[in-house]
Amino acid sequence: MRVDSPPTTPVVAGSRAWSRAVGDLAEGWRHRELWGHLGWQDIRQRYRRSVLGPLWITLSMAVTAVALGLLYSQLFGQPLKIFLPYVTVGFIVWGFIQGCVNEGTEVFITNEGLIKHLPAPLSVHVFRLVWRQTLFFGHNLAVYAVMLVAFRVPIGWDLLLAIPAFVLLVINGTWVAFLVGIVSTRFRDIPPVTQSIVQLMFFMTPIVWMYDQLLAGDPRMAQRARLVEFNPFLHFVEILRRPMLGQSFEPRHWLITIGITVLGCLVALVFLRNYRARVSYWV
Amino acid sequence: MVSIDVYNASVDFPIFDAKSRSLKKAVLGLGKAGGRIGVEARVPVIEALRDISVSLRHGDRVGLIGHNGAGKSTLLRLLSGIYEPTRGSSRIVGKVAPVFDLGVGMDPEISGYENVIIRGLFLGMTRRQMEARVDEIAEFTELGGYMSMPLRTYSTGMRVRLALGVVTSIDPEILLLDEGIGAVDAEFMAKARDRLHALVKRSGILVFASHSDEFLLDLCDTGIWMDHGQIREHGKLREVLTHYKGRDPFDGKDRP
Repeated sequence: MRVDSPPTTPVVAGSRAWSRAVGDLAEGWRHRELWGHLGWQDIRQRYRRSVLGPLWITLSMAVTAVALGLLYSQLFGQPLKIFLPYVTVGFIVWGFIQGCVNEGTEVFITNEGLIKHLPAPLSVHVFRLVWRQTLFFGHNLAVYAVMLVAFRVPIGWDLLLAIPAFVLLVINGTWVAFLVGIVSTRFRDIPPVTQSIVQLMFFMTPIVWMYDQLLAGDPRMAQRARLVEFNPFLHFVEILRRPMLGQSFEPRHWLITIGITVLGCLVALVFLRNYRARVSYWV
Repeated sequence: MVSIDVYNASVDFPIFDAKSRSLKKAVLGLGKAGGRIGVEARVPVIEALRDISVSLRHGDRVGLIGHNGAGKSTLLRLLSGIYEPTRGSSRIVGKVAPVFDLGVGMDPEISGYENVIIRGLFLGMTRRQMEARVDEIAEFTELGGYMSMPLRTYSTGMRVRLALGVVTSIDPEILLLDEGIGAVDAEFMAKARDRLHALVKRSGILVFASHSDEFLLDLCDTGIWMDHGQIREHGKLREVLTHYKGRDPFDGKDRP
């Protein structure tokens, strides 16, 4: 140590510089081997010492989808051939959205130990979460594949649209996790509030009921059903579900989704810039 | 070039109790006050570190001394970049490897081997690089078959061995050790000391917080005396220790 020479002011970008926020993301991306590994391990960990292991993800999705599909197709008088694939895909997509939002609220809180003991970018924890949800999604696709064959779902080349749709979902899952993660770390009421809202939105989003069916029915009912257009989750579910069920391309869902993506990323980036350095103090 | 420059840095912890941490109080509080009093202003703050200015360069081996709660661990976290100063500035250039609270940041359910890989990945290594080092770490730590056992079966000392094994194997440039590493036995400490010496000579900076004069003299040549979140003194380790203790800790012994 140079005890005799006085320390000089280091030239350094402030904690709230844009470069530090973007640097966190870039550094997180360089750590992809780390979060890739941790994401897999989270799944293995959850089912360790169980005989079926991660197959349970697929199985429990299959059971839920089939049970609710049977129930609601009877209640609404819908043919099972249409309704069961519909419910299945809806659940799979919703599972991803719900996972990103709900677990996003605790993404930094649950990683308190790691954040306080190892210097690593915050984005590592968010990427790990979104990757884990992607892996869950992948496991659930097996149920979808069975439905495709069993009910001869009329898919065409439109199915390829599912890829950009899922990419959009991943990007949105990431910014949402950053945003709710940072806010929740500071205000601990946010996780239960968010989880209640997500639960409520599940019922307001056409997953176990069919939007088209309401529109085609009683005109007054159809009028009210249109309110669901204001529900952003509708559009996110539709961009992915429509191609997976071989339904027609609806540009409005895409436009709204892309708009939300851009806006959300900007807001999350501002939060990351302003509060990135505070998270280790708050957890 | 590896370096740590901290200038006039302070670390203030907001202490949110259950109520002030909730949104309710923030929302209601703003309404009642009618003004724009920041929520933060009414949150009690602990000034963990104040006006810290330190400049460390290649080859520096610094011992941190001071009472419990004097800010040694917080300073280590400031130097590692985990806390960015709330005031002042800090710049850390180099690959940082910390060994703080042991057991935190390690997963008790997975094997020592897996933990080694993950810790290495966290510290910026690739999986392949860590796999190449695992055997060497197993040998150095003398953990043998325990490497494939879940970490919860380890004793504290064994965890320290593992953590030290990882950080000393990855060629870090800045090595930060908290007092927890005192949990290992003397024999292993002697072994680790040689490795740490070689490491610091080769590549960088060592900062070590401890209450043991023995360990400090083993590893460090300069000292920083922390008192109430401030640097009370820094200089030659033996002098700083003498002032801190009020007597020369090696008076009458045949140590340098």
